[in-house]
Amino acid sequence: MDYILSIVILACINMIAVLGLSIFTGFTGLFSLGHAAFVGVGAYTSAILTYYYSVPFPLALAAGAAAAGAVSLVIGIPTLRAKLRSDYFAIAILGFGEALRVILENLEITNGARGLPGIDSFTTLPVVLLCLAAGVLVARNFLRSRWGVACIAIREDPIAAEMAGVRLFQTRLLSLVVSAVYCGLSGGLLAHFLSFIQPVMFTLLQSTQLLAAVIAGGMGSITGPLIASFVFIALPEALRVAQMWRLVAYGLLLVLIMVYRPQGLMGYSELSSLWRRKVPEPGRRQP
Amino acid sequence: MNVSTGKFFSARDLTKHFDGIRAVDSFSFDVAEGSITGIIGPNGAGKTTVFNVVTGIYRPTSGKVLFRGENITGLRPDRVVRKGIARTFQNIRLFNRRSCLDNVITPLFQRERCSFTGSLLGTPGARRLERDLYERAFELLRALGLERFASMQASNLPYGLQRKLEIARALATEPTLLLLDEPAAGMNPEETRSLANLIAEVREKFRVTILLIEHHMDLVMNICSPIVVMNFGTLLARGTPDEVRSNPDVVAAYLGKGKDRR
Repeated sequence: MDYILSIVILACINMIAVLGLSIFTGFTGLFSLGHAAFVGVGAYTSAILTYYYSVPFPLALAAGAAAAGAVSLVIGIPTLRAKLRSDYFAIAILGFGEALRVILENLEITNGARGLPGIDSFTTLPVVLLCLAAGVLVARNFLRSRWGVACIAIREDPIAAEMAGVRLFQTRLLSLVVSAVYCGLSGGLLAHFLSFIQPVMFTLLQSTQLLAAVIAGGMGSITGPLIASFVFIALPEALRVAQMWRLVAYGLLLVLIMVYRPQGLMGYSELSSLWRRKVPEPGRRQP
Repeated sequence: MNVSTGKFFSARDLTKHFDGIRAVDSFSFDVAEGSITGIIGPNGAGKTTVFNVVTGIYRPTSGKVLFRGENITGLRPDRVVRKGIARTFQNIRLFNRRSCLDNVITPLFQRERCSFTGSLLGTPGARRLERDLYERAFELLRALGLERFASMQASNLPYGLQRKLEIARALATEPTLLLLDEPAAGMNPEETRSLANLIAEVREKFRVTILLIEHHMDLVMNICSPIVVMNFGTLLARGTPDEVRSNPDVVAAYLGKGKDRR
């Protein structure tokens, strides 16, 4: 039972990070191979605060999220101002993420590559569920707001978006900061669940897994990436009996999704639209 | 609407070079408030480049763009939009995977001042604003006869209606000058005629001045006055439709010079 509970908690923590990346990649149309670094910043900031300074857990979580958001400005301002194309941006942030990990490995306060053991385990299922629910709600509101609408317009056509009055640089930067804050929150929860963190937990591999969940779950969808992220965490665990084949199965699933549903599980749609009454399209009859 | 003669919009010695290619070369022209001004010229004359420079998508190599007494040269596109210039594109650029309503609400939203935290929390005020904007967006769609397609994804619209939706989205920025880049491209003569009516109607209803690039001569000759003719990035002629039609330089640019006329 404890085992299943811990998998559910881990999956929910991962879902929060994926939710953030979905705003940035799925809705703003920019790819990132470095978001695990923001998870790391959140994890270390909040862990150091509770570990060395006995800061209350909720405050430490918020500080971790804020720190991740602030760090994202460092890479976001120069690269997004230069209007790098999406693929170049992904590479730039990859380098930034790896550099950040190297810094974590060499600082004294992070205890270097050996990692930080003995963090209080404050993260319980209710805490995680509360954070996830709030995260989904805020993401939905954000995407309906002036800024979210602007993000989606940029994904669809940056030039047309600018001619609709969208501030390109500011909107992309805001989207990056929002996604980093989600990742930072996820990191804080992770640190206080595992009670041990290490810089190698926040590498390119983790960034790739976040991005894979967004792509396989579907661009421009909140629910799709959430489902994909849950499956990607739960499936390798459920397949533990199959030993070494479980990672093959994971890879195979990813390939199958991309071949048979290139738009992802829920590309550009939400779970709720499945049972919502289909709006008749009067224009279909004749224009 | 009265056509006033004051300096509403003027481009002065506008020049845009792309690595030695002079796309636009010291080109000057004015647009009078309330007019429907046409820009014509052979393919590659630099017409769309002029639009791109005016709207800030390109920075001019030299020259000035003056709009309602302000120098707007080299401003970012979103700034130009806020000054009151909107445009459509030669190769339609819609927010394809969004509904028609969402296409129009995007510029409406950008004109509003919203509280960031209020929006994130989904306060009643934020919801009310959203509802109001959807209503205004719907009204705009209705004005262009698109209300039946409100919830349809933009990319599923027939071609002619996509052009109308682009005009609706441009009008949502509440412009005083509307730039239309080949609005009749790909339309048959009947559709072109109804577009001419629509453009005249839009000018009246939304009190906008219109500057349009077009290859359909019947459309240009019917609704535009004055007409500016471009060739190789420079001004070839300007005048009323009749003046332009009978200008030998214009005829030569379009049809080429006969040997006997040299």
